Amino acid sequence: MTDSFTYLDAASAEPLHPAAREVLLAAADQGYADPRRLHRPARNAGLLLANAREVVAQALGVRRDEVLFTSSGTAAVQAGLLGLGSRGIAHTAVEHQAVIDAARWSQRSPVTELAVDREARVEVAAVAEAVGEAVGEAVGEGDVDVVAVQQANHEVGTLQPLEEVASAAGPAALFVDACASMGRLPLPGVGDVVAGSARKWGGPGGVGVLVVRRSARWRWPFPGEEWSRTDQGFTNIPGALAAAAALQAVVAEREEINARQHELVALVRERVAAEIPDVDVAGPAEGRLPHLVTFSALYVDGEALVTALDRLGAGVASGSACTSDTREPSRVLAAMGALTHGNVRLSLTRDTTREDVERVLDALPGIVKDLRAEAGL
Amino acid sequence: MSERQHVDEPIVTLDCRRQACPRPIIELGRHLGDVEVGEVIAVAADDVAAHHDVPAWARMRGQEFVGEAEADDGVPVYRIRRLS
Repeated sequence: MTDSFTYLDAASAEPLHPAAREVLLAAADQGYADPRRLHRPARNAGLLLANAREVVAQALGVRRDEVLFTSSGTAAVQAGLLGLGSRGIAHTAVEHQAVIDAARWSQRSPVTELAVDREARVEVAAVAEAVGEAVGEAVGEGDVDVVAVQQANHEVGTLQPLEEVASAAGPAALFVDACASMGRLPLPGVGDVVAGSARKWGGPGGVGVLVVRRSARWRWPFPGEEWSRTDQGFTNIPGALAAAAALQAVVAEREEINARQHELVALVRERVAAEIPDVDVAGPAEGRLPHLVTFSALYVDGEALVTALDRLGAGVASGSACTSDTREPSRVLAAMGALTHGNVRLSLTRDTTREDVERVLDALPGIVKDLRAEAGL
Repeated sequence: MSERQHVDEPIVTLDCRRQACPRPIIELGRHLGDVEVGEVIAVAADDVAAHHDVPAWARMRGQEFVGEAEADDGVPVYRIRRLS
């Protein structure tokens, strides 16, 4: 990091990638017009947008006409999920709140939660069971016709067994929330619709990507029939182009960066478990996102822990109830049976150094010890 | 009441109503020693996080989570058997 603050919250928002910054500034001057008009500035804007779509398609290994831009990752999730199926939705217990909110809002029935194991991995048998009832009944009269499973968990990093999920889902449509993983990992080989969020890979905020596979039976679920297979409304063209540039760069450098981040996260897992008594490191050591790690310290207030780290000059997230707007503990931690209080999520940016991580690791045991002493333990 | 003959009946019940997490878990940690090995301690806590964190605490501390009951006022009462 160039300043003295160590930002370890890339899973909330990765700082703008250097490759995106120049593009964003240049495109802000060139990409203002409405690409649907028939004048020169419109053609310029249209070229930039076509370029953004082409770059994203190449980076993800899909066709240009399979890529839609949305106004955020949440908007991509909503349009992606709600555009599939018409009957019931089954989603894992550890999906992002955006997926759960969209499923509830849909008023479809039933909305079923798929159980996960202690490492937040969805139980494939639960997928088969959820859609199985549909197969057993008359055609078109089944219960669940959409299954929503994330590519990787946003809080604990667990990769979901998507190939197995797709097999178990049978004829039901598969929605994949890839907001935590897009760019960092190859696009999953399965999924009718896949959603991504640019700010999580170093693109600007307010840009989402929706990949709608050609074979998908998907339609735009909100007002305006014409939006199916084209972006809705007025696309943020500079944002889309900057997001595309960042995605291209992240895909090109991910092999090297993922390896470095994977090793640093392994170091965090190892040292936290060894140096802090009564700590619960959540999620699997392997088969996870490279850049994030979550752990909970017994008897410690999560908000106090985050505040102490901020005072030290380190920015982290927490899934503890006291740090959330709703005062509810993280549903991800709860579903996997992990300790929900005293929770901290560290997520590394592309330029987080070993020194950054070690500085936090050196300070953590003392911070936890002091907070426990304050609590009378 | 002589229900203590039932092995799952708590010897001690901590009242942690209206206490936010992690306070109920801290109280459990502080008072586990109030019961003998093999006996049951309970905590009454209305904080929603306690529902997840009492079993997680038992797992981490090597104690046995016995189950959840409801007090007369509807507040959940979590029971733990001391194993060590």
